[in-house]
Amino acid sequence: MKSFDYVQASQPADALRLIGAAPSSRFIAGGTNLVDLIKYEVENPGTLVDISQLPLTKIEKTATGIRIGALARNSDVAANKLIASQFPLLSEALLAGASPQLRNMATMGGNLLQRTRCNYFYDPSQPCNKRAPGSGCGAIGGYNRIHAILGASPQCIATNPSDMNVALSALDAVVQISGPNGNRSVPVIDFHRLPGDTPQKDSVLEPDELIVAIDLPTPKNAGKSHYLKVRDRASYAFAIISVAARLAVDGGVIREARLALGGVAHKPWRLVAVENQLIGKPATDATFQAAARQLLAGAQPHEHNAFKIKLAQSAIVRALQTVA
Amino acid sequence: MAKKLIGDPIDRIDGTQKVTGSARYSADVKRPGLVHGVLVMSTVANGTIQTLDTTETLRLPGILAVMSHTNAPKLGGMDKNKSGETASDRVLHVFQDNLVHYNNQPIAMVIADTFEQAVEGASLVRVTYATEPVKPGLPTSTDKPLTPPRLPRVDDQVDTTRGDVKKGMAGAASTLEATYKTPTQFHNALEPHAVLSFWEGDKLTMYTTTQGISGYQKRVAELFGMPKENVRVITQYLGGGFGSKGTTFSQAMLGPMAAKLVGKPVKLVLKREHMFGMVGSRSATVQTMNVGATADGQLTAMTHDTLAQTSAFDEFMEPAGTITRMLYACPNLATTHKFIKANVGSTSPMRAPGEAPGVFALECAIDEMADKLKIDPLQFRLKNYAEEDPHRNRPFSSKSLRECYQQGADQFGWSKRAKQPRATRDGNYLVGMGMATTVYPVNRGESTAMVRLNTDGTVRLETGTQDLGTGTFTIMNQLAAEVLGLSPDQVTLGAGDSKYPEAVGSGGSRTTVTTGSAVTQAAQEVLKKAKKMAYSDKKSPLYAVAEAEIEAKNGRLESKSDPKKGESFTSLLKRNGNKPIEATTLSKSGAEKETHSMSAFGAIFVEVRVDEALGEVRISRMLGNIAAGKIVNAKTAKSQILGGMVWGVSMALHEYAALDTRNARIMNPNLAEYHVPVNADIRDIDAIFIDEADETVNPAGVKGIGEIGIVGTVSAIANAIYHATGKRHYDLPITVEKLIG
Ligand SMILES: Cc1cc2nc3c(=O)[nH]c(=O)nc-3n(C[C@H](O)[C@H](O)[C@H](O)COP(=O)(O)OP(=O)(O)OC[C@H]3O[C@@H](n4cnc5c(N)ncnc54)[C@H](O)[C@@H]3O)c2cc1C
Ligand code: SF4
Repeated sequence: MKSFDYVQASQPADALRLIGAAPSSRFIAGGTNLVDLIKYEVENPGTLVDISQLPLTKIEKTATGIRIGALARNSDVAANKLIASQFPLLSEALLAGASPQLRNMATMGGNLLQRTRCNYFYDPSQPCNKRAPGSGCGAIGGYNRIHAILGASPQCIATNPSDMNVALSALDAVVQISGPNGNRSVPVIDFHRLPGDTPQKDSVLEPDELIVAIDLPTPKNAGKSHYLKVRDRASYAFAIISVAARLAVDGGVIREARLALGGVAHKPWRLVAVENQLIGKPATDATFQAAARQLLAGAQPHEHNAFKIKLAQSAIVRALQTVA
Repeated sequence: MAKKLIGDPIDRIDGTQKVTGSARYSADVKRPGLVHGVLVMSTVANGTIQTLDTTETLRLPGILAVMSHTNAPKLGGMDKNKSGETASDRVLHVFQDNLVHYNNQPIAMVIADTFEQAVEGASLVRVTYATEPVKPGLPTSTDKPLTPPRLPRVDDQVDTTRGDVKKGMAGAASTLEATYKTPTQFHNALEPHAVLSFWEGDKLTMYTTTQGISGYQKRVAELFGMPKENVRVITQYLGGGFGSKGTTFSQAMLGPMAAKLVGKPVKLVLKREHMFGMVGSRSATVQTMNVGATADGQLTAMTHDTLAQTSAFDEFMEPAGTITRMLYACPNLATTHKFIKANVGSTSPMRAPGEAPGVFALECAIDEMADKLKIDPLQFRLKNYAEEDPHRNRPFSSKSLRECYQQGADQFGWSKRAKQPRATRDGNYLVGMGMATTVYPVNRGESTAMVRLNTDGTVRLETGTQDLGTGTFTIMNQLAAEVLGLSPDQVTLGAGDSKYPEAVGSGGSRTTVTTGSAVTQAAQEVLKKAKKMAYSDKKSPLYAVAEAEIEAKNGRLESKSDPKKGESFTSLLKRNGNKPIEATTLSKSGAEKETHSMSAFGAIFVEVRVDEALGEVRISRMLGNIAAGKIVNAKTAKSQILGGMVWGVSMALHEYAALDTRNARIMNPNLAEYHVPVNADIRDIDAIFIDEADETVNPAGVKGIGEIGIVGTVSAIANAIYHATGKRHYDLPITVEKLIG
């Protein structure tokens, strides 16, 4: 850990100005991930721009749904009445994550951008293309129990560890971004990246851009939803596999479906084609099993994570049974 | 305040300090002029340091020195830095050479004015190595197994045989062979190892984290090559140790060496990731059990062969086979212990060393054999109940295991257990019940205690014990108070400091057994003197009353048959020169060690729910029934058993070191990734003590309870999972990938 400067922003415009002012600056929100990364010398920022006091904490109704400020705390969002009643999937996923103490600090923006838990990423003595591009990937051929089985590359097999992101993906959420050149919106499904040849980039966000809000569009047909998380202990553990499932069933027939998988890839894993195929099908185990197989098609296991393929399929079926 | 009786669930004497944060743990201690040390660790597992470049570090403000093999003070006692007779003397890495024997070995220390400067400095030390091929540990090692020179307890033989195993197996109607694997584990006490050291001339003072103040003092003195009187060791509070603070590890030397090098008090606190190597580990094991039994369930033969790992530079052996020797009445039996050498940090005692992994293998094999024979596992154990210790051929000082089985079974509802495995389903869950015997030997060392009855009727107790956080300080006062017929709050305690009389290390569940006996005996001696003073004193109401007729009660000596006849300690002492009565007693084992076998016993019952599709196991109920002699404090004792059982859950389901076999580096060296149970993992849990009076075992009448909770819990869980699913697990921990159907 190295010494760094610290500045606090009071308005989004300040934050953007401050982050642009010095190279190697980083936003800090709840700090629950970034401070660990600094301690482990994974991140070595010269300046921390504290955005925790920005007035971006509201949760409000919009014409198309609900807007959550990027600095809203995970615990506040999970407990919010609007969210709990209209988007219970998000509450469930948030409450499945971390611990109450961490959720009290963690913000929506920070959670979106939390970094992989890959063991090699956290250990600067080891090769890691994500932390040190070009140094190699320690996990390939090493200890890779928590790693990806889908969408990985020969450069990186890391997974996105967030529970919230899986739910946001299944909810068609949209990330609102402010940057030096104005504002833009990116659907969550396109926000996180696959590693490819540039695993150092987790998302499409540029270093000088600020997440200001997350929009949740009201679904045409909300149906029922469930967040299923498989983990090594009953609480306070990252997902080995998770499923965010949303299903609207009418007369035993599926009318709308969303299915996102956590713990399997560099981003929440969603295949819109598989969801579309579910429309009009009977809500039966056979349908669920077929969808599970399709979602895992092409899965590539590594030495310690082959079990995830079967586990993910079982979890998908279980989640769909729960919401059928 | 009302008089508190022995066994009462009284609160800890340091409870208020701990919950209000006023307790000063060793890492909290401050000292004028204090500077800070931060370790630099090796990033290879085998080789030599070629260059250690400190240029960038020394350029930073506040850096006082970088201590390494190039400049570390030489130690006068380095010839003593070898594998010792006792479990707590291990080989240390104290910068006397450039050798690297394991990944994450301490190789340098940056010392700076502030902690932050030292942290940054440590990150800038550049090291190059000449590396050698890495010898991984178990289970991948292909090294030749060696027979260790000794087991950690000197009385335990390395290998044993009795009867004729071949013949016993031949006479069996049913036989079973199974191999059990347990992983490398790390102790992970909540409190990190810390040491604040300062020199005043040739006198060294250390505020540190040790489970054995006296042993630590001796070891540090010995390695420095100086008299132990020159070393003062203070541990007022400990946040757990689980064995990793029982051994005097490298930081105990590196701290004072740094203080010597810079001529200032130095504080060294280990980071969490530093505690995965240099402060010991539980060895991985591969254990093979062979069991033979007659059709009606009589054991005819058993073998238990343990393979463990030890470091490339040391000889610690995980003694996994010792309980198998004595738990069941099996006439033909053989046990062996072997280890392989690997590039790992010292293996060392951790949470029932030997017993925890060994009884996992034993009690799973017993369960499997019962199942093969279609006999209820509890009945099978009763059929082979050892009335005497079959290994030592001696009677037990006491053994109430039958009562533990019985009461546990009744309370748990064992009779409702389905005869067949995989027979009970509740929604997505398969439900199963399992049980196992738990056991822990009585280990007694040597301790000295001083008890002084003051003229105001209060008592001063002094003994150099430490309190791991278990409640030792509290119950020492209770033991002294009991003998003298006082309330524990009339006793003040001096402990946690080597200036007090030497006491045994808190490991192997020894403390109450050993130091508790010393306290009891010293108090008894004081009482004897007080009685003598009374019956010899013409002015005393007890003059000429027989000693046996006098008892101490409520701060008084009085006649048993006529309690009104008596007087207070204060009046007795006032009349007799107004001086305190004092006794200092060295307490150690006597003849009972040769005539009796001494162990605590119990039974653990577990109910699990397994969701096979998701590989999830939840422990819905756990009950421990324990017989361990006299229970001094019902509250702290129960916490010990519950804590042990939780660690059993941890060993069965959670804990393992994730090893990269390419470079023997531990890849989960933090508490987010190295899992122990959290509250949500522990549901309905209870522990009950069975009354057991034992006048043979030791003067305090107690047996150790620190470790017995974990021992049987591991196998009880594995057996319950079998009963739920019909699938046996031989490889710990039992995680998701092993459970998905
Ligand atoms: C022990 C432990 C267990 C955990 N368990 C789980 C779990 O089970 N499930 C789970 O999902 N998560 C878990 N977490 C992760 C936790 O959810 C994240 O640490 C948290 O959500 C991060 O939010 P933060 O506000 O603290 O982010 P910070 O640490 O402040 O920031 C994280 C990153 O986001 C950037 N950033 C933050 N806000 C913005 C913004 N508005 N615009 C642009 N960039 C921004 C920062 O620059 C930084 O790079 C765990 C964490 C810990 C430490
Ligand atoms: S998987 Fe990705 S994050 Fe992990 S070591 Fe490889 S490159 Fe680094």
